[in-house]
Amino acid sequence: MNDFFHMGGYAFYVWGCYGLTAGVLLANLIFATMRRKRILQQIQELSEED
Amino acid sequence: MATKRKQRMIFVIVLISGFAAATALALFAFQKNLLYFYSPSQLAEAGITQDQLFRLGGLVVEGSVVRMPDGITTQFSLTDLQGHVGVQYTGLLPDLFREGQGIVAQGKLNADGLFVAQEVLAKHDENYMPPEVAEALKAAGGEHPVSIPKTTVK
Amino acid sequence: MFTFLHKFASPQYFYAWSASWQKWSSILAVLLMSVGLYYSLLNSPADYQQGETVRIMYVHVPAAWLSMFGYMVMASAAIVTLIWRIKVAEIMIGQCAVIGASFTALALITGMLWGKPMWGAYWVWDARLTSELVLLFLYFGVIALSGAFDDERAGARAAAILTVVGIVNIPIIHYSVEWWNTLHQGPTVSKFDSPSAHPSMLIPLLIMALAFKAYFFALLFKRARAELLLRERNTSWVKALLKDTE
Repeated sequence: MNDFFHMGGYAFYVWGCYGLTAGVLLANLIFATMRRKRILQQIQELSEED
Repeated sequence: MATKRKQRMIFVIVLISGFAAATALALFAFQKNLLYFYSPSQLAEAGITQDQLFRLGGLVVEGSVVRMPDGITTQFSLTDLQGHVGVQYTGLLPDLFREGQGIVAQGKLNADGLFVAQEVLAKHDENYMPPEVAEALKAAGGEHPVSIPKTTVK
Repeated sequence: MFTFLHKFASPQYFYAWSASWQKWSSILAVLLMSVGLYYSLLNSPADYQQGETVRIMYVHVPAAWLSMFGYMVMASAAIVTLIWRIKVAEIMIGQCAVIGASFTALALITGMLWGKPMWGAYWVWDARLTSELVLLFLYFGVIALSGAFDDERAGARAAAILTVVGIVNIPIIHYSVEWWNTLHQGPTVSKFDSPSAHPSMLIPLLIMALAFKAYFFALLFKRARAELLLRERNTSWVKALLKDTE
C-alpha cells in the first residue's frame, strides 16, 4: 500500500497530475451547476418585474 | 435566401484556405527556427560557428559515458547513426539519462570541436511497455526500441 | 434536409432531446472514469524506462486529445453559425471554449509535471508545447470575443470567425512532432497499424480518453441547456417550461 502512494519516488508528480485532473473535472461541474442556478434565478426575477 | 447562404459558405471556405496557405508559407519560411535541436549530421550544413549557443540532439553512444574525477563532469559521445559529436557536461543529469538514450543538450562548440553543454534534457521515445516485455524483446535479439532523433528537415 | 436540420436544432427541440443525451453521457462518463482509474492506477505496469511516471500519461494524453477534439466541435459549431446562423450552434461556441480552455490548461500543466522528472525541465519552447500554448490563447480569445458585444449574436459571429481562422493550429499541433525536431516524443497511438504502447498500457489510455470525451459532452449539454434558457427567456416555450416546474 505504501508503494502505491510512493509511486517509485515520483509521488509529487503522479499524484499532482491526478489531483489537478480531479480538480478540473469537479470545478467544471460545480461552475456549470452554479451558472444554471443563477440563470434560473435571473429569469425568475425578470418575469416578476413584468 | 439560398444565394446568401452560398455567399457565406464561400466566405468560410476562403477564410479557412487563405489562412491555411498564409500559415503554411510562414512556417516554411521560418522552418529552421522551429527546429528545437540539430542532430550531429546536420551540424555541418547548419554552419554553426564557435561560441554560438545552440541545441544538439542525438543518442548517447553505448559505452561512451565517462565520469571525470571531479565527480560531476561527464563526457560522452552523441550520435544520430550518421555523425558523432563529443559532449562534455558539468552538473546533474536527468533521471532518464543513460547509454542508448536520446538526449537534447544546449551549449557551444569549443575550439577542439567538443560540445560543452550547459543543460542536458532527456528525450524519451513513444514506446511504452512493462520492464518484462522490454527484457523479453532484448533477449529475443529483436531490435531494442530506441528513439533515433528524426532529421526530417534538411 | 435543411428544414429538418433547422427543426432539429430549434431551441425548443434541442432543449427536449438534449436532456437524455446529457443524462446518458454523464452515466457513461462515470462508468468509464471508474474503470479507467482502476486500470491506470491499480492494474497497469510501470514503464521499462519511465517507471511509475507513465501513469501521468493516462490523464495527460486524454486531456491533450480532448483539447483538440473540443476545438473541432467548436469549429463545427462556428461553421454552422457563420453559414446557417443557428442559435444553438452560436451558444455551443462559447461553451466549448470554456471547457476546451480548461482541458488545454490541464494538458499543459500535467505535461509540465511529467516533463520535470523525465526530461529534466518543466517547460521547453519546442514546436509541440508552443503550438499547444497557442491553442490555449485561441480559446481565451474566443471566450473574450463571445462576451465582447452587447448583441450576443454578433459576439457569437465574431467568436466563430476567430475559431475558423484558428483551425489551422490543429494540424500543426498534431504534426509538430513529425515536421520538426522537438523534445516531445512522436505519436504513440495514431499509428493504427502498430501502436507503440503495450496493450496493458494502451487499454487504460483508451478507456480514459473515452471517459474524458463522455464527460465533455455531458458538460457541454449541461452548460448549453442553461445558456439557452437565458437567451430564450422571453419566448413562450421557456415561460411554459418554467411554469410547469414551479
